[in-house]
Amino acid sequence: MSTLLAAAGSLEPAARSYLSPTGQEIVFLLVGALVLGAAVVSVTTRQLVHAALWLVVALGGLAVEFLLLTAEFVAWVQVLVYLGSVVVLVLFGLMLTRAPIGRSPEADSGNRPAALAVGAASAATLVTLVVDAFRSSWIDLSGAAGTTRLTGEYLFSHWVLPFEALSVLLLAALVGAIVLSRAKGGSADAKPRAGKLRTGLTKQKER
Amino acid sequence: MHLAYPAVLAVLLFSVGVYGVLARRNVILVLMSVELMLNAVNLNLVAFDVWLRDTLHAGQALTLFTITVAAAEIGLGLAVVLLVYRTRRTAAVDEVTALGDRHEADELSDGEKEQAAA
Amino acid sequence: MNLLDTLLRCVGTLVAFLVLPLVVGQAEHKVMAHMQGRLGPMYAGGFHGWAQLVADGVKFVQKENVVPAGADRRVFQLAPAVALLPYLLVLLVIPVGPDGMVGQVVDAGIFFVLAVMGIGVLGSLMAGWASANKFSLLGALRTAAQLMSYELPMLLAAASVAMAAGTVSLPGIVDAFHWWWVPWQLIGAFVFFTAGLAELQRPPFDMPVADSEIIFGAYTEYTGLRFALFLLSEYAGIVVLCGLTTVLFLGGWHGPFEDGLGWLWTLVKTFALAFVVLWLRVTYPRLREDQLMRFAWTVLIPLALAQLALTGIIKVAIS
Repeated sequence: MSTLLAAAGSLEPAARSYLSPTGQEIVFLLVGALVLGAAVVSVTTRQLVHAALWLVVALGGLAVEFLLLTAEFVAWVQVLVYLGSVVVLVLFGLMLTRAPIGRSPEADSGNRPAALAVGAASAATLVTLVVDAFRSSWIDLSGAAGTTRLTGEYLFSHWVLPFEALSVLLLAALVGAIVLSRAKGGSADAKPRAGKLRTGLTKQKER
Repeated sequence: MHLAYPAVLAVLLFSVGVYGVLARRNVILVLMSVELMLNAVNLNLVAFDVWLRDTLHAGQALTLFTITVAAAEIGLGLAVVLLVYRTRRTAAVDEVTALGDRHEADELSDGEKEQAAA
Repeated sequence: MNLLDTLLRCVGTLVAFLVLPLVVGQAEHKVMAHMQGRLGPMYAGGFHGWAQLVADGVKFVQKENVVPAGADRRVFQLAPAVALLPYLLVLLVIPVGPDGMVGQVVDAGIFFVLAVMGIGVLGSLMAGWASANKFSLLGALRTAAQLMSYELPMLLAAASVAMAAGTVSLPGIVDAFHWWWVPWQLIGAFVFFTAGLAELQRPPFDMPVADSEIIFGAYTEYTGLRFALFLLSEYAGIVVLCGLTTVLFLGGWHGPFEDGLGWLWTLVKTFALAFVVLWLRVTYPRLREDQLMRFAWTVLIPLALAQLALTGIIKVAIS
């Protein structure tokens, strides 16, 4: 990559130009195209599980983008939480709601044209705005800003209170999920116990 | 690196997410589109954090918090979806319109009928 | 020079990835056989059946690669690769000896390892769903539930070691190791190893592939080479788990003559742990699904939290 950088520098002394991208920028753009393509397929395909798998590609690509932006810790958290847990939960949910193999007719609602219009309008507006605002801004990527040591230092010196509040939120979410997913009626003997045969018909009726 | 690259990518991802939220009918697909939007915001936060060289690193800290909140959100969301699926036998957003009223007898499952009779 | 160095390390990791799981697999054949009063494979290769797994591999390659008619072809074919690749990536960052005897130094080593290992579950989920077989789907759902439950105690136990060492880099943790860490982190080691066994779906935690009720779980429909890849990923998983436990809890390359023989110590400890894995398979019956979940949430997680508290208290006391 260093040779590539040197070559770019020698061709164009003012290296900060859109016409002479650095190696990092090329990789960023390629991965970005992959992320965007995967995201588009993920929201348009009619095969439910394929949509979730394309989401994996998009989120994994974003982790690579975080790495390129020197936010190493955030990238690994992204892989751990999103790819390892969130997408697995989503797939779990899709399978429990009987996602079929092949296209499912009720993946999209009737307001696709309206959604397309809103999406395109927001994209056009925001892209114009963002390009106009940050056309001449550059990120200086020298000096890693997101190593684990640095992240730990700022997280536990400046952000302790939000961090603790977040743990309370997670606890609330945990309790909420347990309350929601408990069987209706809350009969404690519904669970199978060791050495006891289930006889009542109530549980079977619920299913 | 040009700041415009991550910023534009984040904008496009966000718009794709907006389209998905509006166009999708299956609740889980809607949740996935919401995740895409959240991730677009995360990319923006990280890019601007690196650009501003913030001493507090507010962008990256906020990204970590967003990821955590998103994990909590998807867990709760899926619990709700599975509960709805268990009682209504559907995962489509536009079919869940009863808001818990029990006037439509044909939509009730066996367990609920029993409860309503009791 | 730099490029050559990187290339050599990658090739070395690849060779280890291809050889070590086979050694573990062969050991499983022989160790299980002798524990059960049998001889195990005796003919392939001549001396005590050493080439049995090579013969098995040849057999798998010759078999027809069947994709079921109702299956989702692409996802079905992709699943073994998704299950196998994470272990290769993890093996790249496990340090074998002192002074940079590691495939690739990653700053956030523990984090990387646990994050990447979590991706492997996607392979099982894809395989189970795409097979168009209800036993496969049940197996995949059990796999996912099991892995989500056991990921948490594993992360907490690893966090305890990171706290003790004051770093999350794997070579850094081994550098900071002292012998009294073994009693100090004993509970954490137990939790990590047990949770790891459950993540690999090894007996006694092999409910997702319980052959007496759901045939072979997510892998029921697989034949030939793809099935062999799933088997290989299981043995690679054993190597990775034992290597990680060695590095985190048993002091990696530390031992007599560690300057010259450090790599040997790592390998010896890893294989001793692999022997324990095989031993457990022969010793314990399979846990039932609800017992499995209860074990994770009511035994392992409280133990991991207790270890975390203990680590914190002692760390504050000695600093």
